[in-house]
Amino acid sequence: MISLIVNKRRVDLDVDPSTPLLWVLRDNLGLNGTKYGCGMAQCGACTVHVDGQAVRSCVAPVSRAAGREITTIEGLSPDLSHPLQRAWIEVDVPQCGYCQSGQIMSAAVLLKEKPKPTDEDIDQALTGNICRCGTYPRIRRAVHRAAELAAEGGRP
Amino acid sequence: MRPGSGREASIAAAVVAGLLGPGVFLARQAGAAGEPAAAAAFASIVPVLRHPRCMNCHSSGDFPRQGDDSHPHAMDVRRGPGGHGVTAQKCETCHQDHNLDGRNMPPGAPDWHLPPPSTPMVWRGLTDRQLCELLKDRRQNGNRSVDQIVEHMATPLVLWGWQPGEGRTPVPVSEAQFTAKVKEWAAQGAACPAR
Repeated sequence: MISLIVNKRRVDLDVDPSTPLLWVLRDNLGLNGTKYGCGMAQCGACTVHVDGQAVRSCVAPVSRAAGREITTIEGLSPDLSHPLQRAWIEVDVPQCGYCQSGQIMSAAVLLKEKPKPTDEDIDQALTGNICRCGTYPRIRRAVHRAAELAAEGGRP
Repeated sequence: MRPGSGREASIAAAVVAGLLGPGVFLARQAGAAGEPAAAAAFASIVPVLRHPRCMNCHSSGDFPRQGDDSHPHAMDVRRGPGGHGVTAQKCETCHQDHNLDGRNMPPGAPDWHLPPPSTPMVWRGLTDRQLCELLKDRRQNGNRSVDQIVEHMATPLVLWGWQPGEGRTPVPVSEAQFTAKVKEWAAQGAACPAR
């Protein structure tokens, strides 16, 4: 039995400890916002937070997350009020949308550590998150906008 | 007895050596007589230190490298303020404390990281002697004594070099021989090769 705290809710799971965290989130807990992209930590689509740090859930065994706080895109805010979610909607970032939860979860770690990121900070934080639609210019613009919204609203 | 006399100095040396542990005591004992043996022992571990499994993180530039050709790490991974990467691209974002099965899967070991930027320990372009002197320089090696360097050489992160996972060439020289030569180098006074 493995205990996790997912989006502030404790869950106890009877799963193989080597199961990738991604499949526990999607198949066992029904949190389908986190996507499967490459399965080898190359694309970033599966990014979630483990104790506030970005982690590629497709390669992290669930045992790594035992007893720790996991946040998925569903847990970023209960009502789309997170500055990144607001900025993403305002800038209309997604095209196909498949990579976007990973992009946003990586950006959330960036803003927590660097509330006023430069273009270079954004590039360094998100260069491991691939967008096949090429929405990078809008992603960068939205991260800057989220930083402004967070400064206005005091969050995150 | 006047300060600085030979007898007092030798007593003080013995006390200090005793406090610092057996490796250092042996080193003090070996003195100049141990220098050729220490230099030879160091020369025998150099092929390991110069191997991509070590050099890829003791890398020139502010980033790690990958592969037997030591190309810059994909995704523009950077060293970061503590040697653990930056913001959403830290080493442990992708690397676990163990290798993952399969070719081109991220390798891993406990505490996967680069040297920090304050002491980057860049080995590229150094002669054997310069490499040896850099390893011993406490201002550049994370304030490690020779005995602590020996300990570092036995950490899971370093020993990963012998089991680097599918598709990566392990370091040359057996682990047992490497460990023995590192200890011999320290015990014989940790002298460096002439060149």
